[in-house]
Amino acid sequence: MKAHRRKKLGIIVFIAVGLCAAVGLTLFALSQNIDLFFTPTQVAAGEVDSGQRVRIGGMVKEGSVSSAEDSLLVQFVTTDYVNDVPVRFQGILPDLFREGQGVVVEGSISDAGVFQASRVLAKHDENYMSPEVKAALDAAGASAENHSISPET
Amino acid sequence: MIPELGSFSLILALCLSVILGSLPVIGAQTGNLLWMSLARPLTAGIFVFLGIALAILIFAFMTDDFSVQFVAQHSNTMLPDRYKFTAAWGGHEGSFLVWTFMLGGWMLAVAIFSKSMPIDFIARVLGVLGILCTAYILFMLATSNPFDRIVPLPPADGADLNSALQDIGFIIHPPTLYMGYVGFSVVFAFAIAALLSGRLDAAWARWSRPWANVAWAILTLGIALGSWWAYYELGWGGWWAWDPVENPPLITWLFGTALLHSLAVTEKRGVFKSWTVMLAILAFAGSLLGTFITRSGLLTSVHAFASDPDRGIFILGILGLAIGGSLLLFALRAPLMKSEASFGGNSREIFLLINNVLLVVSAASVFLGTLFPMIYQALTDDLISIGPPYFNAVFVPLMILLVLFLGIGPLSRWKRTSSAYLVAQLGKVAAVSLALGVVLPLVVLLEFSLAATITVALATWILLAIVKDGGNRIANKSSVSKGLRSLPLSYYGMQTAHFGVAVLLVGAALTSYFSSERSVLLVPGQSTQLGGYDFTLQGTEAVSGPNYIGDQAEITVARNGETVKVLFPEKRVYLASGSPSTEMAIDAGFLRDLFVTLGEKRGEQGWTMTIYVKPFVRWVWLAAILMAVGSSVSALDKRYRRLRKPTLDTEQVPGHAVSGKLRTAS
Repeated sequence: MKAHRRKKLGIIVFIAVGLCAAVGLTLFALSQNIDLFFTPTQVAAGEVDSGQRVRIGGMVKEGSVSSAEDSLLVQFVTTDYVNDVPVRFQGILPDLFREGQGVVVEGSISDAGVFQASRVLAKHDENYMSPEVKAALDAAGASAENHSISPET
Repeated sequence: MIPELGSFSLILALCLSVILGSLPVIGAQTGNLLWMSLARPLTAGIFVFLGIALAILIFAFMTDDFSVQFVAQHSNTMLPDRYKFTAAWGGHEGSFLVWTFMLGGWMLAVAIFSKSMPIDFIARVLGVLGILCTAYILFMLATSNPFDRIVPLPPADGADLNSALQDIGFIIHPPTLYMGYVGFSVVFAFAIAALLSGRLDAAWARWSRPWANVAWAILTLGIALGSWWAYYELGWGGWWAWDPVENPPLITWLFGTALLHSLAVTEKRGVFKSWTVMLAILAFAGSLLGTFITRSGLLTSVHAFASDPDRGIFILGILGLAIGGSLLLFALRAPLMKSEASFGGNSREIFLLINNVLLVVSAASVFLGTLFPMIYQALTDDLISIGPPYFNAVFVPLMILLVLFLGIGPLSRWKRTSSAYLVAQLGKVAAVSLALGVVLPLVVLLEFSLAATITVALATWILLAIVKDGGNRIANKSSVSKGLRSLPLSYYGMQTAHFGVAVLLVGAALTSYFSSERSVLLVPGQSTQLGGYDFTLQGTEAVSGPNYIGDQAEITVARNGETVKVLFPEKRVYLASGSPSTEMAIDAGFLRDLFVTLGEKRGEQGWTMTIYVKPFVRWVWLAAILMAVGSSVSALDKRYRRLRKPTLDTEQVPGHAVSGKLRTAS
């Protein structure tokens, strides 16, 4: 093999090995870090194993938010207007968290059927509904407009 | 009437863009000098009309013209003037106008600062940008005209600017980021023009470099500003969250970084041409991808604008045409991109190639993680999200490798470097870095920490390699000051930016590993401890501003009984929209930040709050400033300026004569 061919081959092998390593590493990391998303109806149907780390999206049920007087505990109900999932959260809710608005919670469900949230996400822009919340409502057959969650304008 | 003039002005800019995108390019292909010389005046015209359109939109905001839908949605009579002035980029339509105006600005800059380039080349560059401009303005007029009216009954008052946006960060972050983003269109246009003309030589690389440097510097600042703003405004307690909309600028930045290094090789050695062109296309694609992701609403993120599927499809169309077209051209012109020189095993070319591969792989991994939820949903119909652990797991090892090679690259030589030379140069540096990496954390922390050891060792590695390289370069000069003066500006730029990498490394790693936070419920008089500081809630009082009311807490921070600082975090409610907003209180310091975000009132007087102690977090943004300064300083190097003096043969015999002359000059 001529010298310049060998050099070219060396470069190609180097790039190929690097790419394979990167792809392998990436796929491994991806498989470790997927958070599956479920709707309240799916939760009610028992699709989520207790202890599994998941995300649940829906609306914050009107009148369901209650917070403890002497601790950070907050409890509310997230709903797709067909099924409800009670949520417990130790921490500070984001600014845009509100009753009747969309919310995505991250955490796991306990044996008692209560969702222990480690993170609560509410949207930055009020005119915007996250695809996850929308999917949850669509799946439950509830039209967004009927529940006054569409843009306030 | 006046808003209609805005639309009209956009239409005029569109017409000029269409002409710019066609006649000068055709002229360049057929040798029609008149058509080529149209490029500069047309560019000026586009800039002026885009400027008028933007001015009219700002005027509509300042005069509270709520018959304009965009103004009604993003402003309010009570909104302070500084936000009315900048609310133009507070929503999709207006921000796209700003984006397009930025493109116009870059085009004008190219038209002005290109006097030394051959006219056919500049006609092609501006022509390509004209095509891009046409697509953007068409998109605006077709799907998101900021001048659309609400007829017949305009609202009495506007819905107000999103309260989270009412901040200094909003005034400076979006324009800077857009400017950086759009700057890569210029580098892309240079690459396409070079492909069109079939002249991929050192001259092309040299013309591109200052533009790439400046665009990269501004993008770096834009990203850093966004990070800084998110840090104190959103209260995530971090400087980077791997949010789907933070990622595309990062992808563009990584491609851009690879491009800067690849351009250096192409300019100096005439190799890696196809690779450089590819990177220019990829960096540009990254910027379009960012637009697409933000404006299509396909991914869940803090940035997503209220979305409309038509827009997504339109931008996807622009993305497809631009990328597909340029790749096709790339394939057709591939035979032209022969290397002019060869290089050996340990050459600087190889180290820069490794740099490029690492950067491109990290960009690809971020890209994959960002789009994976979309792909997964298309394949399985399940919604998923990819969290920060993925990105950290993939990104951090790659960056460690990159930093290792960063130490070697500048010390290696073009063409061929012997391994013995590298070992002789860097052996001591490596030994000292390792030793310091092990000892320093032990002394400071009194315990072994792998993260701190790696961080200190790598940062020392970069620093000592810089010192060593600088020392080598002035070794044969009579005095140090004479030696330092003899080094070119671009060398200082490079080393400043590399020093920035060391600072970034220290900031990013230490703040990730040693930050602490705690959420608590405090009543006045009660205190809590974190990171050696005592935080005491003294009380709260009601406050009000021009368009909000709120509560302000007074929190004293003490260390060993001595008060360090009094912090005043606020919780506001904006009157027009009724939306709450949290104002953090931050005590910023060179070595650590203390900050408090207020939650909500509990019981009679209690408040929930989160307290953070974040060591070295400022270093992250300091690093971005160093990198931006370094990159800009490099762009000012006199070898780029020398080119700007037109000479006889650059005017008459475009290209070939120039490139020959330049190569000897280098």
